[in-house]
Amino acid sequence: MEKVVLYRRKLISKVMLFLSFIAAIYGLFWLFWILGTLFLNGFKHLNLSLFIEDPGPPGIEEGGLRHAFIGHAIITFIASVIGVPIGIFSGIYYSEYGRDSKFFKVLRNITDIMVSTPSIIMGAVMYALFVVPFKHFNALAGCLALGMLMVPVISKTTEEMLKLVPFTLREAAYALGAFKWQLIKDVVLRSAKIGILTGVLLGMARISGETAPLLFTAFNNHYLSFDVFKPMASLTVTIFDYAMSPYDFWHNQAWAASFCLTLFVLILSVVAKTLVHSNFDWVRIFKRKKDRGIRYGR
Amino acid sequence: MEDKKVEIEVKSLNFYYGKDLALKNISMKVYHNKVTALIGPSGCGKTTFLRCLNRMHDLYVGNRYEGEIIFEGKNILDKKIDLIELRAKIGMVFQKPTPFPMSIFDNVAYGLKLKGIKGSELKDRVEAALKDAALWDEVKDRLKESAFSLSGGQQQRLCIARAIAVEPKVLLFDEPTSALDPISTAKIEDLIVELKKKITIVIVTHNMQQAARTSDYTAFMYLGELIEVGPTEKIFTNPDKKLTEDYITGRFG
Repeated sequence: MEKVVLYRRKLISKVMLFLSFIAAIYGLFWLFWILGTLFLNGFKHLNLSLFIEDPGPPGIEEGGLRHAFIGHAIITFIASVIGVPIGIFSGIYYSEYGRDSKFFKVLRNITDIMVSTPSIIMGAVMYALFVVPFKHFNALAGCLALGMLMVPVISKTTEEMLKLVPFTLREAAYALGAFKWQLIKDVVLRSAKIGILTGVLLGMARISGETAPLLFTAFNNHYLSFDVFKPMASLTVTIFDYAMSPYDFWHNQAWAASFCLTLFVLILSVVAKTLVHSNFDWVRIFKRKKDRGIRYGR
Repeated sequence: MEDKKVEIEVKSLNFYYGKDLALKNISMKVYHNKVTALIGPSGCGKTTFLRCLNRMHDLYVGNRYEGEIIFEGKNILDKKIDLIELRAKIGMVFQKPTPFPMSIFDNVAYGLKLKGIKGSELKDRVEAALKDAALWDEVKDRLKESAFSLSGGQQQRLCIARAIAVEPKVLLFDEPTSALDPISTAKIEDLIVELKKKITIVIVTHNMQQAARTSDYTAFMYLGELIEVGPTEKIFTNPDKKLTEDYITGRFG
């Protein structure tokens, strides 16, 4: 009797393992297919002129995407300048000040929902607020849209990371006569800095692949532009335009640009993940040896 | 007991976690530059009582005090009391070592910097505190290293150094050795006995021998009530209450 039960349990375990394995393979299959296609089509079209030349006239097989690379860097940078401080400060507020307030519990849930807001909605909002009144597309509206998309990601990560800092550490600082802002600055943020940096990187990875909000705001520009009050080219919108164009040369450039962009996001994510696993300082004391592995799933 | 200067006087203290009454009508005295031990079974309110003395409970919402705790002629449960000032005078050492994520030097310097102490005075005070905490010889060549590079026992002594650097009048210890090995424990106990020359000490402990070894006075608590308080020798050899005797002889708890 007992043997039968044991056999049954072993069988169920094996079946479940097999099903999980199939599910994982299914997910990975598409991922690698996409990455593989990008690599095969993108890598061979990489060349120096892609990065240092501005585009030629339509249909002429010369020029590069310098304007889009630079525009993308500018937009991502300004968006981060807007989004990172707001995200970090709101995360600090949620974790350190608003923990017990009902109002902020509601607000926090809204932030959670914001993480998965369709980015096109943010684009449309910024279009109404900052494009329509000025009567022309401008890069700054795009930066604002992307910046706002970063906020919930960074805010959430910051909050979670600060919550991981043991409360006794805060009490110890209080017991020395520290004001709340001093202990947040000196003890809490310092303990969680790597986690917060991870959140920032993830936030940047999130926005650097966005197209929809930029279509409504920064739009596109066929020329190199540094003026944030005018339309500005970005990699994503350029890829979109070029892919829709009838020219093979532009298709190839779109592949190459997609490859570069994906590589950038991939590197950001890998750096972020590596940082998380590199153990926060305090983990060494409070979670000595015994459960360090479990906590971070190693 | 010769000089019986009272450092802290607790008068009919009640404490509530929300609606739950955690401490019931506690009255006792803590004497100047003596070690007072709080003993009792888990959940009896020792730590809760200790944390009343520097109002650590104020960090959390819904806690409430009743009664009086007189320190330096003032009731520290008064709403007008400046908690920052109070906590600089009544320091605390926790169960687990709580080094800050900074260098050994900066850990000890932290409270001093908050007080605005700088330069050579800062250096001298840090050195003095580390010497008082019997840690100086072990760390003098590695002050710039992270505090996490120290062992658990050293970290706890670092936290003591950090607490005594700001020269508090009273130091509260919340089971300071429960996470440490016997050798580190012995060092901390020696330290406590040494420190009482300058500082009044209140210590919560689960270890009866520790209370007997280190303290001058012992308070026995049970279910949120103070059952008995008196000189340690008397509590351990000839307690007034049957309950105290039962606990000390290990009949329950």
